[in-house]
Amino acid sequence: MISLKESKRSALVSLWFMFLTFPIMVIKVDAIEKTIIWRWENMFYVGFGSFILSIFGRIFFERQKNRREKQLSEKIQQHNLIQILLREPKYLYPLAAAFFLFALTFPHLFSTYQINVMTTALMYVVLGLGLNIVVGVAGLLDLGYVAFYAVGAYSYALLNFHFGMTFWMVLPLGALLAALFGVLLGFPVLRLRGDYLAIVTLAFGEIIRLVMENWNAFSQGPSGISNIPRPGLLGFDLTLNQAITYLYYLMIVMVLITIFVVNRLQNSRLGRAWIALREDEIACQAMGIDKTKTKLTAFALGATWAGLVGVIFAAKTTFINPASFTFLESAIILAIVVLGGMGSILGVILGAIILILLPEYLRALSDYRMLAFGAIMVSMMVFRPQGLISNVRRHYQYRPQKGEQE
Amino acid sequence: MKTGIKQSILAASISLLFTAPGLMAGDTIKLGVAGPHSGDLASYGIPTIKAAELVVKEVNAKGGINGKQVELLIEDDVCKPEIATNTATKLVSDGVDVVLGHICSGATKAALPIYKNSGIVVVSPSATNPGLTQSGDYPNFYRTIASDDAQARTEVDFALDVLGLKKIAVIHDKGDYGKGLAEFAKTFLENSSKGEVVMYEGVTPGAVDYSAVVQKIKRSGADGVIFGGYHPEASKIITQMRKKRIKIPFISDDGVKDDTFIKVAGKYAEGVYASGPQDNSKNPLSSAANAAHKAAYNADPGAFYENAYAAALALLNAIDNAGTTDYEAIRKALRDNKTNTPVGNINFDSKGDAVGVGFSMYQVTNGKYVEVK
Amino acid sequence: MLRVFLWSGGMEYFIELFFSGLTRGSIYALIALGYTMVYGIIGLINFAHGEIYMIGAFTSYIIATVLSIYGFPVLAIVVLAGFAAAIWSSAYGFTIEKLAYRPLRHAPRLSPLISAIGMSIFLQNYVLLAQTSDFLAFPELIPDFDFMEPVAHIVGTTDLVIILTTAAAMFGLTLLIKFTRIGKAMRATSQDRTMAMLVGINVDRVISMTFIIGSALAAIGGILIASHIGQINFYIGFIAGIKAFTAAVLGGIGSIPGAVLGGFVLGLTESFATGYVSSDYEDVFAFGLLVLILLFKPSGLLGRADIQKV
Repeated sequence: MISLKESKRSALVSLWFMFLTFPIMVIKVDAIEKTIIWRWENMFYVGFGSFILSIFGRIFFERQKNRREKQLSEKIQQHNLIQILLREPKYLYPLAAAFFLFALTFPHLFSTYQINVMTTALMYVVLGLGLNIVVGVAGLLDLGYVAFYAVGAYSYALLNFHFGMTFWMVLPLGALLAALFGVLLGFPVLRLRGDYLAIVTLAFGEIIRLVMENWNAFSQGPSGISNIPRPGLLGFDLTLNQAITYLYYLMIVMVLITIFVVNRLQNSRLGRAWIALREDEIACQAMGIDKTKTKLTAFALGATWAGLVGVIFAAKTTFINPASFTFLESAIILAIVVLGGMGSILGVILGAIILILLPEYLRALSDYRMLAFGAIMVSMMVFRPQGLISNVRRHYQYRPQKGEQE
Repeated sequence: MKTGIKQSILAASISLLFTAPGLMAGDTIKLGVAGPHSGDLASYGIPTIKAAELVVKEVNAKGGINGKQVELLIEDDVCKPEIATNTATKLVSDGVDVVLGHICSGATKAALPIYKNSGIVVVSPSATNPGLTQSGDYPNFYRTIASDDAQARTEVDFALDVLGLKKIAVIHDKGDYGKGLAEFAKTFLENSSKGEVVMYEGVTPGAVDYSAVVQKIKRSGADGVIFGGYHPEASKIITQMRKKRIKIPFISDDGVKDDTFIKVAGKYAEGVYASGPQDNSKNPLSSAANAAHKAAYNADPGAFYENAYAAALALLNAIDNAGTTDYEAIRKALRDNKTNTPVGNINFDSKGDAVGVGFSMYQVTNGKYVEVK
Repeated sequence: MLRVFLWSGGMEYFIELFFSGLTRGSIYALIALGYTMVYGIIGLINFAHGEIYMIGAFTSYIIATVLSIYGFPVLAIVVLAGFAAAIWSSAYGFTIEKLAYRPLRHAPRLSPLISAIGMSIFLQNYVLLAQTSDFLAFPELIPDFDFMEPVAHIVGTTDLVIILTTAAAMFGLTLLIKFTRIGKAMRATSQDRTMAMLVGINVDRVISMTFIIGSALAAIGGILIASHIGQINFYIGFIAGIKAFTAAVLGGIGSIPGAVLGGFVLGLTESFATGYVSSDYEDVFAFGLLVLILLFKPSGLLGRADIQKV
């Protein structure tokens, strides 16, 4: 299967990596004590590991190439399993029902810790779906999405702290405030395109965080706000376990609502305007679509979900401070959208579950946790550049539209 | 308020109901250890694991507590509040009896309500935020380190009374710990007639250059600097101050009283003052704890090691005295019984602060922190 | 406005802040050059670029310490450590491009960006695990010159070296791009990759070269900054990287003089904001300025204006 030439190449690759990692992996110095530790064994591990990986990589790409050629020559549209499952109602409905049943019984099957982690993952599902409106559907690269999340979280924390407002009162308010901030950000960036837009949104996210960090009188600064109450349930007192389970179900409902709304939005007039905007701004304007309004609604509607989840986040952790809203958080949410497959709802859900649960379950690797996380992110992109589920999206968007727009 | 107490008692008793079978079945005492064990603050959390491991090894070798062996459950919280709640629920799910941790105040604040609801006593070696004990919100919280306001008090008194400074620039790193400390220092200075605050600013941690803020310190005419924050920023600021030929005293905190600071700042560290837990080097338990670390890991212990060692001893001793892992019994034992630890013979007051644990001032002299008498 | 500023602290204070801003700006500029070059060629925000700078600093730290333990003279240490850092950083840049970006060349636009973020997380943790999480004392590779002593309270030797190096780097890079063969190939590739291929330019090689040059510059930046602030750890790349990226966009991403100008504007803004207002909000000022400039010049100070094709 692997020719001699191939393995020779892999050997060269492993030699290169041994050279590359030499100073950092092999030498460890102590400038104060003036000692050097030579860790030659690491060089061996690197060489061996990169040799194996290189061979696997070669096999993978070889196969992919073969498959593509085969597809081209035989002109067979190949569908993977997921697609078939999604397209056929006779598979889809039972599958969805089974999944839903599993989600409902989840808290009774697993420990509080698992429920808590799953709630976090569900929160990111909603965040991902919200950002998907901006990035995936409308094609506006937003690197400061976490700002709206912060707006939601702080509106609950502050409104509760000062005026004693309850979770259910703030939930719509937080969403509204976030939407307002979305419009606020939207106005100055109307003229910007692509990566200039990205950096301005990044700057916006950072500015929000920095203001929270420095303006003590308003936000209590870096020490944050503690003792934020968990959401109440008709005046019952909930124990911790009950509260966590309650939040879990709340998030399930939120996810369902989000999926429903986002799905409807994508198929609406507005949704098609977003897609048109993403594909070609000028053509879109020529067709008579109000660019300003379309862009602003994308920002506002995207931000709304972040605001909602922000309120829930504050209620879940019961403590917030600006450190939770760094750029890295925006990057993770963006990664969820891209990794899952831009524009695809199912893709975003899978992306969120993978990226959020992965670090938790990688706890077993302890120190190597984040190393593995980074490596998995890179390799997932390399092996599936279009995201986990993207063919579905294309299929799903274009065909019905062509028929309807006639 | 009254209903709040009732609620928490109710909640505690209900959760005790749930956890009781676990207690009966378990033949070990489960000691949770939580803190940053990865990420950029890992160096503050890992020494606590080592302290716990050493204490538990010793205790288990002597036959355990109440005839039971002690088992460690170690969980990472990366010092992030949102992760800390996961960490806490995981520990609670795993049936932990008492917890040693968390390390950062923010993460501790997020995690405490979860432990409180489950009736679990928490002793932190390093969370110094005053509100943790003084607010009364966290009856299950204890610590073996003095709080930030006590530390700021020590620094300000030292600056005004010992060094006789009049104009002080208060700088912080915008972080939870640093800014909190700087706020206290500022308030104490403003309330004192002996000196004034001529500059109060935060620097951005991780910035590539601090010369602008250093020039500003010079222009403010300050005759001393009080810095609240950790050693990386402190060493950058002191290096740039000295390079710009500003030679006024630099007073900082426990986050700077770390040997890494001296290693990194090198010759510029000479003469820097820092407050830190009082010197325990004459305490035989302290030297024994340090020697044990040296023997086990062939390295000097890191930050908060002694406090963590003391916290582990105090917790296990309280369980021993209480004869049970019952919440109220442990709390009572922590208050009533003294434990001999590396940071002194301590018990805890009703708020949760250790009695007899305070701060002293140190100065870097010939590349070492020496207590200023 | 400026007059008021000058009054409030005197001329000397203004000059001090000016130099402090210049130093900071040069640092941003050195790293921003790498961002802008990569962006100009393949249109990718290379988030791992900050990590290259960090690896450059670590490599020079390790090599310099090893050499000093073996008793090499100071000058040899500086030169050799500098070369080692440049070589290894370039090697990392080259490898990262091959591994994480090249397979994604025909992928959707955002995929390489996520790959870059993943790479950045990976490299941080790689250095953390292979070396240490602690801060390390970086040796002062640049000694204090005696003739600088009278002005040391305004501008130190390291500040001067940093400013001069940046100027030299920008000058050299401009020459390289204007007059050499590879420079021409780079310009051609950045204008139209397909056309460049048609006229016989090996585009893959040009992209690799871009990464190599950009990484070498980052490594030089790494050494200078590390010896300026005297410490390194695995996280320094991330923060500096974001600022440098901001500088590159401010100047007009893809433009080399733009990156340097953007770096200076950003550095000076931060420095004056700290000096005359408060360092609490220095970053808010920096980012605020960015938003403001992009409002009026949507493609940065020296960026090419997008011509909308219909």
